[in-house]
Amino acid sequence: MGNKQTVFTAQQLDAYQDSNPQPMAVPWSRLFHRYRDLAPQLVPLDYTSKPDVKLPYELIGSMPELKDNPFRQRIAEVFSEDGEGNMTLDDFLDMFSVLSEMAPRDLKAYYAFKIYDFNNDDYICKADLEKTLNKLTRSELTAEEVRMVCEKVMDEADLDNDGRLSLEDFQHMIIRAPDFLRCSMHHIHLTSGTSYHCKRLCAASPGQMWAS
Amino acid sequence: MAHSVSFDMRDLTLESPVDEGVVHDSFSRLIEEQSQSLDKDDNGLEMQVLSEEDVSEEDLLEEDRDNVPYLVGSTWDRLEQERGPEHTDPLTGEQWSNATLKVLSSMPSRTIGRSRGAILSQYYSRTLQLRRRRQSRPSLRDYPHSSRPSIRGYGVEIDATDLGREECKKDKLVNNLQNLSVSDRTRVLKGMPLSLAEKSELRKLATSYKGAQMPYRGQIPCCSRLKYYIIIALRHTWYSWLSFLLSLQLWQVALKRVSGRFGTGVLSYFVFLRTLLLFNVFLVLITGFFLVIPQAVHPSRRTGPAVAFTGLELLTGGGYFTDSVMYYGYYANSTLNGSCQPTRNNSRDSNRTDCSPKDPGDAGGGFHLSYNMPLAYFFTIGMAFFITCIILVYSMSKSFGQSFRVDKPQGSLALKVFCSWDFKVMKKSSVKLQSENISTQLKELLSELSSPHERKSVLQRLARVSVHLLAWTMCVGSTAAVSFAVHYFSEYMHNDLKKRADLTTQSPLEKEASLLALPVVVSGINLLLPGFFNTVAWMEEYDSLSMHTHVAIFRNLMLKVSVLAVLCYHWLGRIASNPPGLNLECWENFVGQELYRFLLMDFIFTILDTFFGEFLWKLFSQKALKRKRKPVFDIARNVLELIYGQTLAWLGVLFAPLLPVVQVLKLLLLFYMKKASLMLNCQAPRKPWRASQMTTLFISLLCFPSFVGAAVCVTYTMWSIKPSGHCGPFQNLTTMFQSGKRWVQELADNHPKMAWLAWMHTYLVENPLFLFVAAGIFLVVIYFHTQVVDGQRKIICLLQEQIESEGEDKKFLIRRLQAIHEQRRPRPVQRPTPLGSERLDENV
Repeated sequence: MGNKQTVFTAQQLDAYQDSNPQPMAVPWSRLFHRYRDLAPQLVPLDYTSKPDVKLPYELIGSMPELKDNPFRQRIAEVFSEDGEGNMTLDDFLDMFSVLSEMAPRDLKAYYAFKIYDFNNDDYICKADLEKTLNKLTRSELTAEEVRMVCEKVMDEADLDNDGRLSLEDFQHMIIRAPDFLRCSMHHIHLTSGTSYHCKRLCAASPGQMWAS
Repeated sequence: MAHSVSFDMRDLTLESPVDEGVVHDSFSRLIEEQSQSLDKDDNGLEMQVLSEEDVSEEDLLEEDRDNVPYLVGSTWDRLEQERGPEHTDPLTGEQWSNATLKVLSSMPSRTIGRSRGAILSQYYSRTLQLRRRRQSRPSLRDYPHSSRPSIRGYGVEIDATDLGREECKKDKLVNNLQNLSVSDRTRVLKGMPLSLAEKSELRKLATSYKGAQMPYRGQIPCCSRLKYYIIIALRHTWYSWLSFLLSLQLWQVALKRVSGRFGTGVLSYFVFLRTLLLFNVFLVLITGFFLVIPQAVHPSRRTGPAVAFTGLELLTGGGYFTDSVMYYGYYANSTLNGSCQPTRNNSRDSNRTDCSPKDPGDAGGGFHLSYNMPLAYFFTIGMAFFITCIILVYSMSKSFGQSFRVDKPQGSLALKVFCSWDFKVMKKSSVKLQSENISTQLKELLSELSSPHERKSVLQRLARVSVHLLAWTMCVGSTAAVSFAVHYFSEYMHNDLKKRADLTTQSPLEKEASLLALPVVVSGINLLLPGFFNTVAWMEEYDSLSMHTHVAIFRNLMLKVSVLAVLCYHWLGRIASNPPGLNLECWENFVGQELYRFLLMDFIFTILDTFFGEFLWKLFSQKALKRKRKPVFDIARNVLELIYGQTLAWLGVLFAPLLPVVQVLKLLLLFYMKKASLMLNCQAPRKPWRASQMTTLFISLLCFPSFVGAAVCVTYTMWSIKPSGHCGPFQNLTTMFQSGKRWVQELADNHPKMAWLAWMHTYLVENPLFLFVAAGIFLVVIYFHTQVVDGQRKIICLLQEQIESEGEDKKFLIRRLQAIHEQRRPRPVQRPTPLGSERLDENV
């Protein structure tokens, strides 16, 4: 407790704690240290004066949780305020709280949608889908196959037939995916989890679980 | 302008499925008109439709003109820069004028998620709804109002770029937030896709308006600031305590490592193992507290000679262990008193226990603790089964609810693309493997889709059916053969045992060792036959992999159930019905020992399988066959082995109350062993593994054949088999069940006030009618539930149709909007810029 108080003011603590979707499962002081460990020379230990510190994407993307994730760059971009993957502490905490297991499903779906929306036009269009596919499969599908998959996906998920997926279409599709709903949804724990245990299994603090 | 966009949406938006029919009709009308208009491409007709929609063309234009400058916002600017003045809309591939695009861009569905203002107003309407709902229909609170947020957003005026209005919206939102209860407010705030800083600002605003409760730090007096600090400190202690507890969770790190390398499929096996472990720990606790400890504190002494510990007992469970708390026979059929002097219900000398110091006065005293062992035994086992049943049914229903949705599971490809990445996987090679898997799966799905029904010739289909038939015959045949073999072998061993019982000359060691033959044979069958099934399945070539897995699981299950059924007949039918034939003093002990042996042998064979099947096979295939692939962890088979072991443990609780302890140890060892072997020898399975549905299947299998089977056997034993007359808590009763009955009668005799208990017992427990009525009600409830689900499915279908036509409507309206613009303003590109700058100047 002691060192927390010196790093943040009590109000900062309180605010973080309350806006965090899973306050008890992410001991975010641990996350702060995680953040600081990425670049000890950049991040001050004293955060009471709200210093303007940003960690560059190269550092964020080198975290073990993201390192091999094909979507790491998108994740960093979506959660960073400047849209380029450079993260403030707030962005970092945001990212962890959304990616944690207990974040509300809608919130996760929202951010998942943003992640898949590569050109930031608030729709997942065919180009986005192609990019997603190439990242997923490491470009192992032929162009023809990619095209066919895109077509089929649009067919299946595009409810209002406007040729692209809106957030609504996306959410609707995800509701049908039990695997996505549970502990799963996105990131780090997008598992198709283990139903009845999810909470117990996944609620663990990411900082610790990931460190292992 | 927002009016003009939202008015029609309001009509189209459904408030509840009740007025389904009306809305649907209106839709069909719209579609009709639209198709007509499209056919004729008649402008006049289009105008007519528009006026039916209560929008005059002028209105629309007026609105548009007014709002054009407002739309010159940051997001729009950015988009405009990216796209240039003329855009090709992916909607129809047509070119839209700027004005149309601006109208489009401010449509609620398009602003969602784009800007802060849109999010704020979306949540404003949501909180409003929440408030209304709280006031009128609190039962609806769990309705997934958030699942499709944007529809609700239609009712709200959205103008993403007006800063002043954003502030206003924020105020409204804050106001709404204040009126929500604290928990609701936190929930809404947590669900908002805003950044942490914004959320905390909103929260601060929402709480600070209330003044007295949560004042700003600067304004509060010293003592309340102290209170504030204390509250925060307490809360943080609580949170750190919780996170500490979470970090204590069993095998968290190990599970994380497994899932990081093998994904969720394999993880589900280990999580299942942990569930079983928890079930067994629960059993251990309940039997330990209520049976073993009371009995161990009052040890009963037997007349027989003390048996020396030889070591073979660990395998057979007999000998030294026979006369211990481990087995049924050791438990007294008396009331254990606090003074350590059992009083007899009957006078059986062989069982008399002498506890020192004797103090009859104490035993008769008012405060002595009496513990009626038979009753405790009966109720402990009963309650253990009952609670396990409830936990199982609960977790099963939860699992079902999570993995099966009301609407039909279609759209597998889209799901595959967006939801198949297992974000738990962190290891580089596994990541690579996973993307390989996904691409092969996608290819498979594609090939299925492109040639959904490859017409096969009659001959081919016939060949296929005959192969399936052959495979099934082989599997069923081998299962039947194995069951008969076990049956006859157990009979043979039984007769052999009878002979040995008559011959007293044999050494007890050899006799004990011969008991191991049956468990060894059964475990061997359990190990080898699944391999045979796999070979047969390989021959079959199922179309879908899930079909393949399900068939494999079904066959394995069939084998295990039939073997267990034969064994249960062997124990309960053959041994229990005629204990003197075997010269058994206590058949319950014998059955308990048998179960112990089976459990242990199962474990030993699993170890052997892990060693030979995984480790040596890996060495062999890598060294000798020069293959790169490691063996695949067979989740289905391993899980079924776990279920088999658990069934044995449940069966054995009655006969050997400490059997769950053995099972707990076994599971603990198994976890570490399987984990080590997995890390060392295996690679992630290549088959797609729907972990969630599989978990549902596993837990239902654990519930249905396994637990129900064990419970039926135990109940049958309690209800209708005569317990042995010389040992155990139920000696000289005709059935175990009678102990409860006798106790109730005694109670009713001694305390007339308790007569209702006896009455209840007679009518509810003994009378099967009650059971039938309860089961009937249960079935009726299930029936209603399925009917409701069916209705929901139908409504979902209708709604989907509506959404589709709504999309068509949208296209249609946009197209006409464009047409109108082109009519009115031949060169619409020039207009917004001067107007916009004017307005901006005015604002400045």
